[in-house]
Amino acid sequence: MSLTEFAPVSPARRRTDRIMRGLLMAGTAVALIPLILVLYYLIYRGASSLNGAFFTTDPTGNFFGNQGGVRSAILGSLEIVGLASLIAIPIGIGVALYLTEYGKQARFANVVRYFVDVMTGVPSIVFGLFVYIVLVTSHVGGDFTGWKGSVALSLLMLPVVVRASEVVLLLVPSGLREAALALGAPRWRVVSRVVLPTALPGLLTGSLLAVARGMGETAPLLFTVSVAFGATADLGAQMNTLPVQIYNDISSPNSALNNRAWGAALTLVLLILIVNLVARAVARRSRMA
Amino acid sequence: MASSATTVPGGRSRFERSPVSRLPDRVLRWGLTALAAAILVLLGYFFIRLIGESATTFNTFGLSFVFGNDWDVSRSIYHGFPLLFGTIVTSVIALIIGVPVAISAALFVTELCPPRLRGPLTILVDLLAAVPSVVYGLWGVFVLEPKLLPAEKWFASTFSFIPFLGGGTPTLPNYFVAGLILAIMILPIVSAIAREVMATVPAEHKEAALALGATRWEMIRMAVLPYSRPGITGGAMLGLGRALGETIAVVLVIGNAPVIGSHLFNQGYSLAAVIANEFSEAAATPVHRSALFAAGLVLFVLTLIVNVIARWFIARGQHGQRGTGGTGVTVVALPAGEN
Repeated sequence: MSLTEFAPVSPARRRTDRIMRGLLMAGTAVALIPLILVLYYLIYRGASSLNGAFFTTDPTGNFFGNQGGVRSAILGSLEIVGLASLIAIPIGIGVALYLTEYGKQARFANVVRYFVDVMTGVPSIVFGLFVYIVLVTSHVGGDFTGWKGSVALSLLMLPVVVRASEVVLLLVPSGLREAALALGAPRWRVVSRVVLPTALPGLLTGSLLAVARGMGETAPLLFTVSVAFGATADLGAQMNTLPVQIYNDISSPNSALNNRAWGAALTLVLLILIVNLVARAVARRSRMA
Repeated sequence: MASSATTVPGGRSRFERSPVSRLPDRVLRWGLTALAAAILVLLGYFFIRLIGESATTFNTFGLSFVFGNDWDVSRSIYHGFPLLFGTIVTSVIALIIGVPVAISAALFVTELCPPRLRGPLTILVDLLAAVPSVVYGLWGVFVLEPKLLPAEKWFASTFSFIPFLGGGTPTLPNYFVAGLILAIMILPIVSAIAREVMATVPAEHKEAALALGATRWEMIRMAVLPYSRPGITGGAMLGLGRALGETIAVVLVIGNAPVIGSHLFNQGYSLAAVIANEFSEAAATPVHRSALFAAGLVLFVLTLIVNVIARWFIARGQHGQRGTGGTGVTVVALPAGEN
């Protein structure tokens, strides 16, 4: 029995196929070029500023002479993002619990989901304005303070936490919930002893991704924290943060300050990458069924 | 122990929990519901306050705040069309450059590349989203602007016959640089959503195309693209929303000149940039401050509309499944027809 003869693919079609495949591959390469270039310049321009004094001295705010390092900026960023996480993560997981354990497909739950999605799309600067209007202009506990920056960042992080947590909580097999309920456990114990522990690694991943997002934000901090150069570990005062310091240093006509911006940017990107890597490592360890 | 086999004092079945032990359940349930409701209340409250704060501006300038072309702080005239123009021009540039690249990266990763490369490539494209906007701004100011200037000059003089694109004298910061940086910044989200919807194309559709003798590209064109088009459109719209609202990267590379730039490589301004840049000086003058709040309100409404449309497209693209908002989760599509 001979095989049926197939008409071969015509040269024209084959050429189109090859060209289009090539274009798609080229497009992918083009997508990666900016990443490579940005990382290259960060290391090339920034690595030389990283030394002991860079991390252990505070920026002085001087234009000439000793300009200092970025210690207070790193501390400020960690503190503000830390407080923002303390606000956003519990609330975010709480809302996600409501959506998966109680709301499910109810109308109100879907409205909440929709607005959480909408929140993801609100520009960060608008959240900065919100907090400025509500907390800064009304002089609640001072004008510009670190904790107001945390509030603004937590608004940005909240939708990320909610959406990521909801996805993870939905992955908890309903059989586990039903088994616990059948054994007589009340709902709150099912949630606290079965659902949350099972989903914990995933919840951690989602939260860390939100932390990484909050760390790099500049705009909301401009309106809520302002900037102070000295070392303040006090969230109730103006603080320095890495993104805002980079922003100020870029705008300076002094090339030494520009170099500090590169060093600080490298530090910031490294911090964010570390958080991202930890998030991915946690996610990999927890391939839930 | 109990007075009868099935009831306890108080008349409830012994299998029923006591009111006291049921209390934590109620607390948890209503506490979580209140938390969810608080988000809605908060958003509504913010919106109302923003309208309230910008009311002065809209009362004074009316619609000319949006469509008038004269932003002059020294004369206290705030007609913000140059800002809106800059926002839209840079975002459109970002879409024109960013979306095709994002889609080809998504197509390459899902359909063409060897499975071994799939994971690493996805991570690399997603890493673009991890770089903070201030770092893109830094890179834009000190690397991209000076390196691009010669190319921009060549382009502007070679294509001087095309209105708006050519003919002018490029400046260091300009619309194009801002748009290019925005393109890089929206790339990861557009690509992630495109990947997600492409993953939902039923294997049967693709196999059917291949079985009928289609080449890979023909399979992509006939099976993958039509099926995922609404989702890709939605992803691009989400990217547009990001581009409209991006602040710090844009304020650093757009030039901050409150005029309508006469050509692509000219300086301009954007709604978000004006807020960030003039904020500290405006804090003392209520009129100026209110104008910036009004710019924020216009920006908010603009991104809101774009996002609502985007969500609609994405929901349609997922064929009955709920949107996942780019959290990197594969959505399993229901077996639905083409669109």
